[in-house]
Amino acid sequence: MGTTIGIWIAAGLTLFIYSFLYKDNPFYKFAEHLYVGITAGYWLIYTWAYVIQPMLLDPIIKNKEFILIIPAFFGIIMLTRWFPNIAWLSRWSIAFTVGMGAGLGVTGAIQGFILPQVQATLIPLSGFNFETFNNLLIIFGVLTTLIYFYFSKEQKGVLKYGSKIGITFIMIAFGASFGYTVMARISLLIGRIYFLLSDWLKILK
Amino acid sequence: MNIFLKLSKVDRRFIYIFIALVVILPLILKPKFPVVPTKPVQDVYDYVENLPEGSKVMISIDYDAASMPEQQPFLEALLRQLFRNKLKPILVVQWQLGAPLGTTALEKIARETQAIYGVDYINLGYRPGYVAQIVGIGKEIRDYFKTDYRNIPLDSFPIMKNVHNYNDIDLLVGLEAGATYLVWIEYAGGRFKQKIALALNAVSAPDAYYFYQSKQIIGLVGGMKGAAEYEALVGKPDLAVAGMASQSYSHLVIIIFIILGNIAYFVEKSRKAKEGGK
Repeated sequence: MGTTIGIWIAAGLTLFIYSFLYKDNPFYKFAEHLYVGITAGYWLIYTWAYVIQPMLLDPIIKNKEFILIIPAFFGIIMLTRWFPNIAWLSRWSIAFTVGMGAGLGVTGAIQGFILPQVQATLIPLSGFNFETFNNLLIIFGVLTTLIYFYFSKEQKGVLKYGSKIGITFIMIAFGASFGYTVMARISLLIGRIYFLLSDWLKILK
Repeated sequence: MNIFLKLSKVDRRFIYIFIALVVILPLILKPKFPVVPTKPVQDVYDYVENLPEGSKVMISIDYDAASMPEQQPFLEALLRQLFRNKLKPILVVQWQLGAPLGTTALEKIARETQAIYGVDYINLGYRPGYVAQIVGIGKEIRDYFKTDYRNIPLDSFPIMKNVHNYNDIDLLVGLEAGATYLVWIEYAGGRFKQKIALALNAVSAPDAYYFYQSKQIIGLVGGMKGAAEYEALVGKPDLAVAGMASQSYSHLVIIIFIILGNIAYFVEKSRKAKEGGK
């Protein structure tokens, strides 16, 4: 019974949201506001039940892990941004976050992105086969795209043509992204319609 | 000529109806549609197939309900393969709104395969601060996950007995709707050399192919299409395979609309040029 009611509510809300495709209306507004409210409520309860209580309150109260008061203090003073007189306190927490983020980011970017990607561009161009052609295309694409983003010299001569080829590669990448985006949106529509036809209307087995 | 001009001014709601029909009819009529696995998906499947029995596979739920139709079919197909091959999934969640989705799929497939919680699989749930957590797991997973998602101590589960850091995890599979996968690649892959496979929403998939080319990930499952390929490989076609006909026909319709729209644009442009010349 509970599942059936849940399915009817989900189906109704799906139709409310899709009614926007006809035009803006109170049903759509209701569903939209309900979604925002429930998401915020769920997020709050989840954070309390799975983060604040088990990771902060319980360890401090039950296990006497008083060291956790320090991060809790830094967390609380983040909220001082709402009070102009003491808003400066929040900078301590932000400084900590920025410092940690920058430190991790620099080493992580070199180790995780820059070196492996440069390494992946150092690929063999020997032989006369399709793989060599692919490798050549990758190297050519990387170099011309880098030329497009080289702004220290006026783009004329070789730089001008390199830059034009570079922008072509970038446009092809955008095209691929757009194609995938269309696929993603249609997938979401399929998911919803599949739900309506199978779980709600029981047309699909 | 006039037909193109009329088409360019057609009410967009007719296009919505057309797309809806193209999605609904194939779902009902179920035309046979071949699903041929591509290499990035096949690589993920083969890697999992070749893992020795008892290997630990960490699955990270980095998506929420908005990505459910793309990610949930792959998650279920992957779990079927893991339990069939007696591999041990360890579920972690980086997007808290995705926690119920991960839990639902895990419990559903575990019931199907009669897997035992804490022995054959475990759900560690959500913890905040994913960057620190992903770096921290490289040292000791218990620093971040002292308990499972029901607050039961980790050491009480046999599956976690010898699991401490990435050295004890044979594969990490990230199901991604945002940019969390970059952190997995940056730290788990870059720093700790963890083997990673990714399932990305179609929107994000093109941005991750260069990690496949650079061999920073072992394979990539992109969107519902990738999930359909995985379902086909696992041998249990489900929602993703069912949706492929709708997906293909709707793409065809969109391509036709784009072509018609462009023709109409050029016809209109040439008509205005002629009128301007008079």
